[in-house]
Amino acid sequence: MSTESASQATLQSVAATRGALALETTGLSKDFRLGRGKTLHAVRDVSLGLYKGAVVALVGESGSGKSTVARMLAGQEKPTAGTVTLDGQLVSVSGTRAFRRYKSEVQYVFQDPFGSLNPVHTVGYHLSRAVKLHQGRGINVQQQVIALLEQVRLTPAAQFIAKYPHELSGGQRQRVSFARALAAQPKVMLADEPVSMLDVSIRLEMLNLLDDLCKRLHLALLYITHDIASARYFADEVLVMYAGQVVERGPAEDITQQPAHPYTQLLIASAPDPDNLGSVLKSGNSALRAGGTASGPALVGCPFSTRCPLADDKCRAENPALHQLTAVRAAACWRLPEAAPALVGSAAVNPSSPERIVNVDK
Amino acid sequence: MSRPVLDIKDLSIAYRTPGGDVRAVSHVNLALSPGEVVGLCGESGSGKSTLAYGACRLLRPPAVITGGSVLYSGKRTGSATPVDILRVPDRDLRAIRWRDIAIVFQSAMNALNPVLRVRDQILDGIQAHLRLPRGEAQDKAAELLDLVGIPRDRLRSYPHELSGGMRQRVMIAMALAADPEVVIMDEPTTALDVVVQRDILAQIVELKERLGFSVLFITHDMSLLLELADRIAVMYAGQLMELGASADIKNMPAHPYTQGLLRSFPSLRGARRELAGIPGTTPDLRSLPPGCPFIPRCGYAVPACSEVDMSLARVLGAVDPGHVTACPIVTPESAATGVGAAGATVPSEAGASKEGALS
Repeated sequence: MSTESASQATLQSVAATRGALALETTGLSKDFRLGRGKTLHAVRDVSLGLYKGAVVALVGESGSGKSTVARMLAGQEKPTAGTVTLDGQLVSVSGTRAFRRYKSEVQYVFQDPFGSLNPVHTVGYHLSRAVKLHQGRGINVQQQVIALLEQVRLTPAAQFIAKYPHELSGGQRQRVSFARALAAQPKVMLADEPVSMLDVSIRLEMLNLLDDLCKRLHLALLYITHDIASARYFADEVLVMYAGQVVERGPAEDITQQPAHPYTQLLIASAPDPDNLGSVLKSGNSALRAGGTASGPALVGCPFSTRCPLADDKCRAENPALHQLTAVRAAACWRLPEAAPALVGSAAVNPSSPERIVNVDK
Repeated sequence: MSRPVLDIKDLSIAYRTPGGDVRAVSHVNLALSPGEVVGLCGESGSGKSTLAYGACRLLRPPAVITGGSVLYSGKRTGSATPVDILRVPDRDLRAIRWRDIAIVFQSAMNALNPVLRVRDQILDGIQAHLRLPRGEAQDKAAELLDLVGIPRDRLRSYPHELSGGMRQRVMIAMALAADPEVVIMDEPTTALDVVVQRDILAQIVELKERLGFSVLFITHDMSLLLELADRIAVMYAGQLMELGASADIKNMPAHPYTQGLLRSFPSLRGARRELAGIPGTTPDLRSLPPGCPFIPRCGYAVPACSEVDMSLARVLGAVDPGHVTACPIVTPESAATGVGAAGATVPSEAGASKEGALS
């Protein structure tokens, strides 16, 4: 992965069109020691930028390292290598005042609204505690709590203050989690699968709320998900992770409509598609099983080479770096000319134009 | 349509609580034809799992079946008339379960015993239900793993040594041990990654075509059902809202709830559009309002909705003659043109005839 920084020098993020850079990581890596000399490379050389008012999605299967990235950004894990900067300031995990301020500016929303609220405390307690901690003295706590509840559309707010988590539905609880994160007046919000535990009928409402908060409060939002369709719906930029590495990144619409990396292609082909009524499933076609899900990622070479239909000897020996396809897109694959002939051929003449980005604007 | 292999008639199930009965399932009719995949879809708490477990008499108190019948007419029952599962003696019920009707339970992570090897768990089931000699039973266990594409040497593994997808495959293999005629699958792929999910679904379909069983597939994921199922039943608050062929449900959903569910999934293809899902939350089953339980969340609700009796009526103009809906107010056409939202004040203009024609 040594050539990555060189090829990425000119790679821009579509999210940058929305606002200023808030949080940036370069070469972020995390190893976990497993004992007996073994090491798990949970995250390898991830560089990404979160921009104010923009949504960046990290998409990947379980174990791909997407949550570890978020935990490092939240300051819960110390990176093995690489740097995190917030508004240009280098961040290091420590006990200093500066790091404490960083932790209040970068807020984490957890996946499970049933586990992340204390069952013995009221909504009002959860929020007022966060307000007192992060907004300091001299403010009207009660008024702030009500404002927060209104921001996440839990109205009438006065009614919700005295409620306990068990009196709320899953969606309402997750709204309280959002409100708690907002109490710190953050610049960055890290949402780790914020809707996957919720009922399908309210997921979109929650995503729309997040989107609205992000635009209105100029939050830089990292949206972590395994559902690439929701990333298309909601995010400006998508980064696809596999085995701790970013294998493809680019504008959400481009990635989902014209995936370049074989893994992204497999991911999109596997997603349930309501429009696909004459599906392969109905005819019992098992061609997709060639994907070989039984094998884990390769330890040497391209991690996807064990499952990739295009893999050759080079793929099994050497790990590809992100190769820039257009001004805003990149993919890490040796066989890109075969995997995405249209993209590689037209890379020089047809970069994603700004008009295209405006078109996908919701 | 040939005689259904499993015919749930007017089934009602309640949970007895000190605060009164929670009517988890009320008056549901659902038939499963041989070789068919029927999808049962709804939000959490809609009663879809209760319905499936109740149909096999697997529910324990405080759940009580308050009415209805479940007619099973498999090839092996040995009688010309269907057997009512809710009324057969316990001994016969034991014989029907697993051998005729098998269940793949919700989370494979917890459904396997962590301290037993995979082989022993499969053998347990085979010996209890098929009474094979030990040697034959072991061959059978190995065959079952072949069937779902797991290497035979995995028989000696413990569940924690298998990936989530493999555990789910073991569960499917166990369900298929006795060559059942009906397999009930309760969210078999919910905890899995999409790639693994597609893999397992393709395998289920392949096995279904090879072995010829029927599937009752329970999930909250409508987009998955549209691809997988022949027919889809939509449940809400313990009641059937709509039932019809997948293509019909997709192309002309008649019930506002179904329409809302379909609008809840962002699509990977086609134009990127603003979607809203369904506002509001699921109702409290202890105190359902009279009439349609969907009224508080429905954009088309009119005063007449609280007098709807929730019986299913044919959807006019549907391709599938079995396409029925519980909503007499909204028609697929009015929803498509957007008339319903503003002008659904005249319930007499309803497009669904209330003849109560139901298979």
